[in-house]
Amino acid sequence: MSGIAVSTTINGDDVEFLCQAEETLLEVLRDRLGLTGAKEGCGTGDCGACSVLVDDRLVCSCLVLGAEAEGRNIETIEGMADGDKLHPLQRKFIEHAALQCGICTPGFLIAAKDLLAKNADPTEEEVRFGLAGNLCRCTGYDKIVRAVLDAASEMRGA
Amino acid sequence: MEYVLPASLNDAIGLLAGAKGNAFVLAGGSDLLVRMKGDFIEPDLIVDIKGIGELAQIVQTADGFTVGSAVPCAVMGENTALRKAWPGVVEAANLIGSKQVQGRCTIAGNLCNASPAADSVPALVAAGARAVIAGPSGKRTIAVEDVPTGPGKTSLAKGEIVEAIVLDKRPSNSGDAYLRFIPRTEMDIAVVSAGVNLTLGADGAVASARVALGAVAATVLLVSEAADAIVGTRLDDTAMEKLAQACSAAASPIDDKRGTVHFRKKVAGVLATRAARIAYERAGGK
Ligand SMILES: Cc1cc2nc3c(=O)[nH]c(=O)nc-3n(C[C@H](O)[C@H](O)[C@H](O)COP(=O)(O)OP(=O)(O)OC[C@H]3O[C@@H](n4cnc5c(N)ncnc54)[C@H](O)[C@@H]3O)c2cc1C
Ligand code: FES
Ligand code: FES
Repeated sequence: MSGIAVSTTINGDDVEFLCQAEETLLEVLRDRLGLTGAKEGCGTGDCGACSVLVDDRLVCSCLVLGAEAEGRNIETIEGMADGDKLHPLQRKFIEHAALQCGICTPGFLIAAKDLLAKNADPTEEEVRFGLAGNLCRCTGYDKIVRAVLDAASEMRGA
Repeated sequence: MEYVLPASLNDAIGLLAGAKGNAFVLAGGSDLLVRMKGDFIEPDLIVDIKGIGELAQIVQTADGFTVGSAVPCAVMGENTALRKAWPGVVEAANLIGSKQVQGRCTIAGNLCNASPAADSVPALVAAGARAVIAGPSGKRTIAVEDVPTGPGKTSLAKGEIVEAIVLDKRPSNSGDAYLRFIPRTEMDIAVVSAGVNLTLGADGAVASARVALGAVAATVLLVSEAADAIVGTRLDDTAMEKLAQACSAAASPIDDKRGTVHFRKKVAGVLATRAARIAYERAGGK
């Protein structure tokens, strides 16, 4: 297959792939690299289910071209747990039952991780505004917000 | 479709100018990729400008700030000096989309996308910002309000790229502010919006002002009657009333599901007075 040859780093690993110019990073992650954690909810930047970090910036991978990954450092949900050890946010999402169908969860976790990296002690309002780019059709958000606040307090204590 | 990431502005201009089919600049892609995936456009060539070093930075000069056209709005918000000098411009830029969109979107892209409801544009117009445009026949600098010519249309010629948005240095007794009306608190398109930028005189009264309205016409409106209404005043009730009237009169919005003509005209005046009050307080007015 011909295509654009891209070298990038994903969750700390060097990765090389070929992609077409019009392919999004989300399509590359899911369909070429088998990293299906990031979901496609809308494909238009509205739902945040495809959230990943590119060079420490939170973005919707459905609005990034695969070719743009060249030379970048990408973090996806697959890199969040340390082996079998869940990230505090992942644990708190389970404890607080902050998910039902789970489609939005990887995006929320990545966005929440980014939020806490920039603000270790957010107010409830800051969490709600910070996660406004992530939509959830099941939980009503409340449990997600509680899980993030609880994880934040645990992470500050640790 | 072809994707290229040129390392220099001249290369980017050459690629766009020489393109056979539909060629597009890619900045943050938050409009371009949505339109591409929705099959509204079918690019033959995409020129990603994020590899051009000088476009990716905010430079503070003796004359003010130069915001490169590849700088994401999130980076503008993290720039303390820019935020302090032009709080209204930065708050408008930071209203665009979610955290995810902020990591990608640019004010130059917001301007070139030419939506009548673009959030940063009224604030930039009020600020008297200029666009530096580089193209096959050299560079030119024009007022930002001269870039969009109608919904989705700009005055840019084939091969031209907005290189940067320039914001002037200004006296410390100046302030600007931007407000929009949306039915939600986040992630929505402005139904009406207003940007106000003003400077106070030694006597504490408004010495000069610029008032711009968004989403109430095919392009952002610079309303000089609204500015005239507050110059020479300390934003007393009569001045505010005149400001609101001038804005409502200038607005010529459409009726759609997000707002009626009557509502938009009314709210244009209300938002402009509120934005004027915030700008006045930021300028140190009492
Ligand atoms: C979920 C979501 C929410 C949004 N919310 C808002 C909102 O609240 N307010 C708002 O105003 N907008 C909003 N938008 C629209 C969009 O994010 C903004 O218009 C943004 O500023 C576009 O910038 P960009 O860098 O992503 O542009 P791009 O998509 O890269 O480009 C937009 C257009 O401008 C052209 N262009 C870009 N840069 C240049 C340049 N330097 N020179 C010449 N042409 C250029 C491109 O070719 C393209 O036609 C939203 C979009 C999404 C997906
Ligand atoms: S799939 Fe990317 S934002 Fe919805
Ligand atoms: S858990 Fe189903 S969308 Fe959030």
